[in-house]
Amino acid sequence: MLKILKYSFYDLMRSRWSYVYFAFYLLLGIVLLFLNNDLSKAVITLMNVIIVLVPLIGTIFGVMYYYNSKEFTELLLAQPLKRSSIFLGQYLGVAISLSMSLILGLGLPFIFYGLFMSSAIWDFSLLLITGTFLTFIFTALAFNIALSNENKIKGFGYAILLWLFLAIIYDGIFLMSLIMFEDYPLDKLSLIGTMLNPIDLSRTLILLKLDISALLGYTGAVFKQFFGTNFGLVVSIGMLAVWVILPVFRIVFKAKKKDF
Amino acid sequence: MKIKIVTFFAMIIVGFLQAQTVEVCKDCTYKTFSDGVKAAKDFDTLIIKKGTYKEYNILVDKPLTIIGENYPVIDGELKGEIITIVSDSVTVDGLFIINVGTSYTEDYAAIRVKRSMYFVIQNVVLEKLFFGIYIEKSQYGKIFHNKIIGDAVEEYNSGNGIQLWYSKNVEIEHNFVQHVRDGIYLEFSDDCLIKNNVSTLNIRYGLHFMFSNDDVYQDNTFENNGAGVAVMFSKRIKMYNNIFKENWGTASYGLLLKEINDAEITGNSFEDNTIGINIEGSNRINYKHNDFINNGWAIKVKGACYTNSFTENNFLYNSFDIAYNSNVNDNVFDKNYWSNYTGYDLNKNGIGDIPYRPVKLFSYIVNRTPETIILLRSLFIDIIDFSEKVSPVFTPDNLLDNNPKMKRIEW
Amino acid sequence: MVSIQNLHKKFGKNQVLAGLDLEIKEGGIFAVLGPNGSGKTTLIKCLLGMVIPNKGNITVLGNNVKSGSEYRYKIDYLPQIANFPSNLKVKELIKMIKDLRGNTTKDQELIDLFKLEPFLDKKLGNLSGGTKQKVNLVLTFMFDSPLVILDEPTSGLDPISLLRLKKLIQTEKANGKTILITSHIMSFVEEISDEIVFLLEGKIYFKGTINELKTKTNQPDFEHAIASILTDNHA
Repeated sequence: MLKILKYSFYDLMRSRWSYVYFAFYLLLGIVLLFLNNDLSKAVITLMNVIIVLVPLIGTIFGVMYYYNSKEFTELLLAQPLKRSSIFLGQYLGVAISLSMSLILGLGLPFIFYGLFMSSAIWDFSLLLITGTFLTFIFTALAFNIALSNENKIKGFGYAILLWLFLAIIYDGIFLMSLIMFEDYPLDKLSLIGTMLNPIDLSRTLILLKLDISALLGYTGAVFKQFFGTNFGLVVSIGMLAVWVILPVFRIVFKAKKKDF
Repeated sequence: MKIKIVTFFAMIIVGFLQAQTVEVCKDCTYKTFSDGVKAAKDFDTLIIKKGTYKEYNILVDKPLTIIGENYPVIDGELKGEIITIVSDSVTVDGLFIINVGTSYTEDYAAIRVKRSMYFVIQNVVLEKLFFGIYIEKSQYGKIFHNKIIGDAVEEYNSGNGIQLWYSKNVEIEHNFVQHVRDGIYLEFSDDCLIKNNVSTLNIRYGLHFMFSNDDVYQDNTFENNGAGVAVMFSKRIKMYNNIFKENWGTASYGLLLKEINDAEITGNSFEDNTIGINIEGSNRINYKHNDFINNGWAIKVKGACYTNSFTENNFLYNSFDIAYNSNVNDNVFDKNYWSNYTGYDLNKNGIGDIPYRPVKLFSYIVNRTPETIILLRSLFIDIIDFSEKVSPVFTPDNLLDNNPKMKRIEW
Repeated sequence: MVSIQNLHKKFGKNQVLAGLDLEIKEGGIFAVLGPNGSGKTTLIKCLLGMVIPNKGNITVLGNNVKSGSEYRYKIDYLPQIANFPSNLKVKELIKMIKDLRGNTTKDQELIDLFKLEPFLDKKLGNLSGGTKQKVNLVLTFMFDSPLVILDEPTSGLDPISLLRLKKLIQTEKANGKTILITSHIMSFVEEISDEIVFLLEGKIYFKGTINELKTKTNQPDFEHAIASILTDNHA
């Protein structure tokens, strides 16, 4: 698996998309920091960008890579290699190279800005951790979609739909249902609703840092326990890990069953 | 001339002879505080030497200067009130008072001043108390540099650190109060100055005004209280340069204003509070040069509030800048800096070219269904907020800052 | 060498293999023939574990195909369409496959044989179909495995390379290898194969030597024999 990972990774590192992605984050970091000169504001803007863009790029890139490397995959399949290692290797190659672009692209300007001396370093690290999680989750989801759809156009379509659903539509439905059932105790429901969407989950994780004052304004005991203690942080990170593991399992499972 | 000088010296000597020093200690003539007080004459100085005095109900009924040497301990053994002052011109300095009795019918205090003038209470340390310093119908006093550390857990069975009741012209400075019900409480007390105090970790409020007018509080720090400062049913209160910090919780505010008129709120800093300022039924208040940083809600306006003006304040990284629960607005927002402002300044005059709308639609939704707070900063919410911004339906149409600053305001 | 029992494979509603049984002994050249869609490639992919059968059992050199990927060390496979990652160089591809599969020194010999030296630093995406096929052949033959599977090995090759390929196959046979070939070029099959397997509608229609086939169909030459099978079955 490590060998496959290595080749996928090198392959991607050589492709111009990684550079575009890297350059984009580099530019974003520089613009936010040096034109704005306000670290806290930069972190908040970054959060908005990361939560929306990282999943989008993760899905699109994952699907694209899968379809583009079909030949490579078939070549590998005839070799004495386990299927799970081929696909996990490719998956990790994509996810790691995307995460690297993200971390380096954003990290470099922040380091030059003097992040290590700043109190925002924890907020910022949390942001990068969340971004990395999101990359891993959405690349895995993209591989799932691609594995299940031979048709490229269909695969891309589903990938975009998935992103659209999780980034926007889900929250709309979530909000509507909360308002509709406002007469009932909702704090558990709303937390569960958050857990079921990795984008919401990451958002919550960042809210814990940026908006804890507002979150503590709510009365519910479950909320209080969740947001008032480290419990929320631990559960959110745990759930993000589950969100990585489950799709990865499905990749392995699906890959075993598939004909090439 | 000579006669004059002689008379002058004679007067000083007479004064010295009159104002004697009475010492209280284990091996002295007077072994208890009460005995000392009884023995002393008017304007004497009573020196309490280091040691532990298990006493309560000490009545100071003559003008005395009571000085503790190396912090003698006055232990009330939870039996009741410890020192009651009923005379003018009493000074209490340098005592360590512990174990004030708790009662549900009487407000026992460590030191109570009753119907007296010109009192000074300074350098006193209070621990394990019910009420700390209780000033009742007294005037022209000074409460300076005291340290009050309670152990209050519940509101109903705890007392306040410093309490003023029907008192006037009292100065409260450089005190340190924590873990009591209200750090400092003023009821029917006018023309007082509260300055440079630190009031933290109190169960209810750091500072509390009820029916008190023309008071000033400035340069105080209120941190981690149930709510920082509550000003209720009072007029013409001036609030300058205070720090309101980390007052977190469901009904937690940096500052609560209820039925307040003609106040001035200037140069304060509200940081990391659930609600920076909660305003109810308050009119003609000027907010200027305040910092609102990282609060859940910088300002929450409830009920009828008219002709308030918010100018040249900094609103930085608050989850919500302003929340309204109605869609009428009679207040003015002008020349503030809003970190959430996304406009531009093409003519480079430091003022954004498009107005800023500080009230978001989402704050209405949260107000209605509090659980929706979990959707804060969601892209979907940003989209509906944006559409509301473009054509306001739920938020007051005229609630906008027409001259939003492009840079944080320094003063 | 290879043993297949009761192999079934369906793609959606399309039954491609329907209870195929096949035994291939060690040594010699076997040609798998059949009309388009008769399941030749599917059969080969089943052997390689790329397609997972619905039913049936396949053993290669005594190893069950389902039991793991190790058995593929004993197979060299030439895929039908040479699809390679296009931004890799030829040299890198060879190096990578060696890295994945184990080292060998035979690659240089093969590169010389097919005159690939000038192309080593070119990207695979820029190569012609024939050159790609040569690279494909190098990758296949550079490991000395007992079973060699060639799916349309002649496609795109120029006559000289074809001759070299034939020679190469014969050498490998002489080394005692088992070689499985599918091809549409009947003359090539006739010239090279010891035994043929004819697939029809997902089953083995005929298995034996070319002469046996000629006798069975009463045709003077191989091409006509094949044609007669097809016309008989479609009539």
